[in-house]
Amino acid sequence: MTEMPIILPAIPEIFLAICGMGLMMVGVFASKERASSLVSILSILVLIVTIFLVVMMNKGEALAFNGLFVTDHFAVYMKLLVLIGSTVALIMSDGFVKRENMDRFEFPILIVFACVGMMMMVSANDLISLYIGLELQSLSLYVLAAMQRDNLRSTEAGLKYFVLGALSSGLLLYGCSMIYGFAGTTSFTTLAAELGGHDGHGSVGVVVGIVFLCAGLAFKISAVPFHMWAPDVYEGAPTPVTAFFAVAPKVAAIALFLRVLMEPFGGLVDEWRQVIIAISIASMLLGAFAAIAQTNIKRLMAYSSIGHVGYALVGIAAGTEAGVRGVLLYMTIYLVMTVGTFACILCMRRNGQMVENIDDLSGLSKTHPKIALALMIFMFSLAGVPPLAGFFGKLYVFLAAIEAELFTLAIIGVLSSVVGSFYYLRIIKIMYFDDERDAFDMPVGRSLSAIMTITSVATVLFFIILTPVLDGASLAAASLFSG
Amino acid sequence: MIIQGLAFYLFAFVAVAAGVMVISSRNPVHSVLFLILAFFNAAGLFVLMGAEFLAMILVIVYVGAVAVLFLFVVMMLDINYVEMREGVLQYLPIGALIGIVLLAELAVIGGSWVVLPLSEAASAMPTPPIDQVTNTNALGRLVYTHYIYLFQAAGLILLVAMIGAIVLTLRDREGVRRQRISDQVDRKVADTIEIVKVVPGSGV
Repeated sequence: MTEMPIILPAIPEIFLAICGMGLMMVGVFASKERASSLVSILSILVLIVTIFLVVMMNKGEALAFNGLFVTDHFAVYMKLLVLIGSTVALIMSDGFVKRENMDRFEFPILIVFACVGMMMMVSANDLISLYIGLELQSLSLYVLAAMQRDNLRSTEAGLKYFVLGALSSGLLLYGCSMIYGFAGTTSFTTLAAELGGHDGHGSVGVVVGIVFLCAGLAFKISAVPFHMWAPDVYEGAPTPVTAFFAVAPKVAAIALFLRVLMEPFGGLVDEWRQVIIAISIASMLLGAFAAIAQTNIKRLMAYSSIGHVGYALVGIAAGTEAGVRGVLLYMTIYLVMTVGTFACILCMRRNGQMVENIDDLSGLSKTHPKIALALMIFMFSLAGVPPLAGFFGKLYVFLAAIEAELFTLAIIGVLSSVVGSFYYLRIIKIMYFDDERDAFDMPVGRSLSAIMTITSVATVLFFIILTPVLDGASLAAASLFSG
Repeated sequence: MIIQGLAFYLFAFVAVAAGVMVISSRNPVHSVLFLILAFFNAAGLFVLMGAEFLAMILVIVYVGAVAVLFLFVVMMLDINYVEMREGVLQYLPIGALIGIVLLAELAVIGGSWVVLPLSEAASAMPTPPIDQVTNTNALGRLVYTHYIYLFQAAGLILLVAMIGAIVLTLRDREGVRRQRISDQVDRKVADTIEIVKVVPGSGV
């Protein structure tokens, strides 16, 4: 009576989900001492295989599951970022989980399931699949944040993230229901057809729905004024989990933002642009000013990520293909820089204890010149100093904003990035010009030093690979506008 | 039709009244009981709309499981509810203000309700005609075929929730007595029972 739905384009997600369940069996039946490391290695392998599957299945735009699911060049690009970010975060966590007594085999499995959720988010072609993907991702993240049950701050971070995340899901669902009520459909394809023909004037209900939807999504990318959870969660969660939070979910949520605003609501760009501009300016300013007073480096990274989300939103506010390309490039560079910075933070260990204060970096150039050099590269890049990677990210985003005649936004962005460079440079000053302290524990481990080397080299020599990355981003951005 | 109208107002009135009682009654156990009453009346409203499957699900899931769980939590946790309520009056004005703002917004939206031209066609799309199939049948057709992706993904979410609950609560703590089945099975009669010959009249 009914035909089997098309599932082929969703093979990577299905593979990852099935492997996640299989890994759980491995974890349960393997001997207790080996379970954690075995599942961790297998999860990394599974994620790498999924990366290959995603690349191999890349055949242009394809719908699956009765139009609930879509893959295109944009989805593939974002999925690659998400998967690479998650894999690296998992590799980085290796030494930490063993030392901090967190080596439970559920940890990599939850990351795998979070990846499934994020891939579903990136490929959502319907308001319901958007929500389901988002919840799968968020639920895994709540548990990951609270993973260190005996640590008060980790538990607090998990609970705080859960309560505020549930609130944001409520806002998002309210927005979805408004859109459904006024447009009569949840499918992005139908919504685009309905709303595109009104020369930029939807009914008030749809616009209210979009605003609530944006509020819910802004929560997930921790844009101001929905950023309150980020510093506490970043500080409280175990450091590898924080590294994971800072890269993968943020990229996935930005992807969702892009798809929702460009595809179904692309015709209403004048209606949502003001909202995006407002949260973008607020995020950039808060990211620049609030970070100055921080003493904990994880908190500092939280404010820094709020600022960076603000810059990415500049590209979204442009609402053009060039803007989307800029955002994609920005997120790629952000991923590389953030992963590298967190690899450095994971090296901050003294007498077997993790230290997180910025003062602990004092005189690092004398005790550990290599780590200091890597961290300096990342800090310069985060500040946007040419010719490092971070500069190109900001450049393309601001160019897109100027092309779209959003001069105020671009000027505020440049000014706030000048303010923001203060605290990045302060870290460099502390590392290079302050008195040295006790050395950190050595060795840092092969995987960490490899990640630090690769990401710092990539950050320095980014101008060499700029063209291929930019081509990929252009292709992905074009696929978002062709439909 | 008159009976239907009367039934609607009865259910609706009792549901709203029960809702008010949930937040205003002093005893938390009474609150939960009023919540159950509200659920039952909502189920009645569903029946009036011809959605009998949803009505039954509401009773089974919400009354049968959720409300009973609430009742357990309320009775097992030793919370001083009088203390918790002390701030209510203090926050009442700001709460009322937010409520009024939201209500005004809703009224504005309701006033400008424009149904997009294509939306009526779109909203009527997936449902089979109501007089040919039963509720359960129609829902089943949609959930297990058209929305199979969402159904499976929702299952995955529940799996993650289960893993999360286990990860966060199951941990080794000092001084917890656990059942060790192998030890229980391994026990021999000789280890546990001692047969003492008692000479009558001499005591043990």
